[in-house]
Amino acid sequence: MSTVVQARPEGGARRRGRRSRSYGGGVGPLGIGVATLWLSIIVLLPLAAVLAKSLEGGPAGLWDAINAPSARAALILTVAISAVVALINVVVGTLIAWVLVRDEFPGKGFVNALIDLPFALPTIVASIVLLSLYGPNSPIDLDLYATKPAVAIALLFVTLPFVVRSVQPVLMEVDREAEQAAASLGAGNLTIFRRIVLPALVPALLGGAGLAFARAIGEFGSVVLIGGGIPRETEVASQYIAKQIEIDRPESAAAVSVALLVIAFLVLFVLRLAAARTQRHERG
Amino acid sequence: MVISRATRLSLRTLALGYLFVLVMVPLGLILFRTFENGLGAFWDQVTTPASISAIQMSLLIVAIVVPLNVVFGLVTAIALARGRFPGRGLLQAVVDLPFAVSPVVVGVSLILLWGVRGWFGGLAEAGIQIIFSLPGMVLATIFVTLPFVVREVEPVLHEIGDDQEEAAATLGAKRWQTFWRITLPSIRWGLAYGVVLTVARALGEFGAVLVVSGNVPGESQTLTLLVHARYIDDHNVFGAYAASTVLMFLALVALFLMTILNRKREDA
Repeated sequence: MSTVVQARPEGGARRRGRRSRSYGGGVGPLGIGVATLWLSIIVLLPLAAVLAKSLEGGPAGLWDAINAPSARAALILTVAISAVVALINVVVGTLIAWVLVRDEFPGKGFVNALIDLPFALPTIVASIVLLSLYGPNSPIDLDLYATKPAVAIALLFVTLPFVVRSVQPVLMEVDREAEQAAASLGAGNLTIFRRIVLPALVPALLGGAGLAFARAIGEFGSVVLIGGGIPRETEVASQYIAKQIEIDRPESAAAVSVALLVIAFLVLFVLRLAAARTQRHERG
Repeated sequence: MVISRATRLSLRTLALGYLFVLVMVPLGLILFRTFENGLGAFWDQVTTPASISAIQMSLLIVAIVVPLNVVFGLVTAIALARGRFPGRGLLQAVVDLPFAVSPVVVGVSLILLWGVRGWFGGLAEAGIQIIFSLPGMVLATIFVTLPFVVREVEPVLHEIGDDQEEAAATLGAKRWQTFWRITLPSIRWGLAYGVVLTVARALGEFGAVLVVSGNVPGESQTLTLLVHARYIDDHNVFGAYAASTVLMFLALVALFLMTILNRKREDA
């Protein structure tokens, strides 16, 4: 393994001839080898092991494992709720970003910092925090424990920052003169938002929504306490995978894991393409 | 856009209302529940033997993961920013992979690689236990925190360029000297930010660690696993709230440091 890794960068360096001296910063071909080895052992090999395990019974075995009734139900539920969550994030995230950029009110700095809290807060804490308000001991008598809305609330909590943080910087840069020009020509606020602000936001919205979706379909910790994990009701894909490992069915755990990975990659890839296309469209 | 006062106020109310219901009220409620019986009751729950051992376990994992991520993260960031080699784009993509992988899948993948029946199962048979013990939990934590240092440092390296490094090299500086005197000082705030993110995530990781840990109280339980075990297995809701509050406090410290470091970076 290590010989292959070492050989590659050296070949690259030779081809580059003199410029290879400007590796700078203290890391040369050796550094590239070390980095490749590190990423392989930590990330690539484990994921390769999952892929290999899922294909042990051939493509048909993989398909059967994903199509088992509980597995399919968990995957469909996960994708459906994550899509709804991503959509809600697009609307509310834009609203929050707009208020943070264009509005002034006391405590704005605090609210701005609050947005990042779901990133910093451990997911299991998020679950227990939401359970205290929306669970059996709810002080407002709103017991959502082990329902689909509870899963959605947990996912909305952990995905809160994505759209806000991708839209906010773009909104700061939006051309205010174009807005004023449109207004002086008699355009209403809705028209200005739809024709001038929104088109500028589309790439950021797609990017943020894609990240939120990818995060939501893999989410485990925040759902585990409040979702209840009832098979074919509220059990999300990650809970299904964890259970398969517990009952010692690694093939089926690997199969659903591969399905999750493929969905995440597809969505991120398609949204990146779409964002690139709208950007090109904008410029042209 | 000139927005009427009424519209402005209603948009603000909607946005703040959403944050209030989703974030503020639940957090406030946990704090209230933790401290409604006084500080003493909270302290008793935080200083039980299982709890102290969980805190030590979490800190031990952080102490192992952070240096590894700093060293290998820096090497990776420099290789990606300064190196021109075939497969560089692929390496870039691999660095971002952990962001797209579910924590549970991380745990499963480690079992399939390092477990008794995994590819490296020989290690377990030789008596070196990785899965269901500390090394597995460390590997899981490194997996999920791997992108942070690389992704915070690499853009800074691009920004500063390599003019100064080349000048130092021309003047006869050794690689190490160049790194310590030129590169490291200019990336220090980005590196610090990456470390804060790594620590916060390492303390908070749950799914990946749950799958590969033995989850034995007092032995292989981190703080997040303790919260889960107290709630689910022990039905000790108050104890779970208390441990959550400790984690929440640590998250707030991380958030505070992130804000400060952001300001430092903008000044630099």
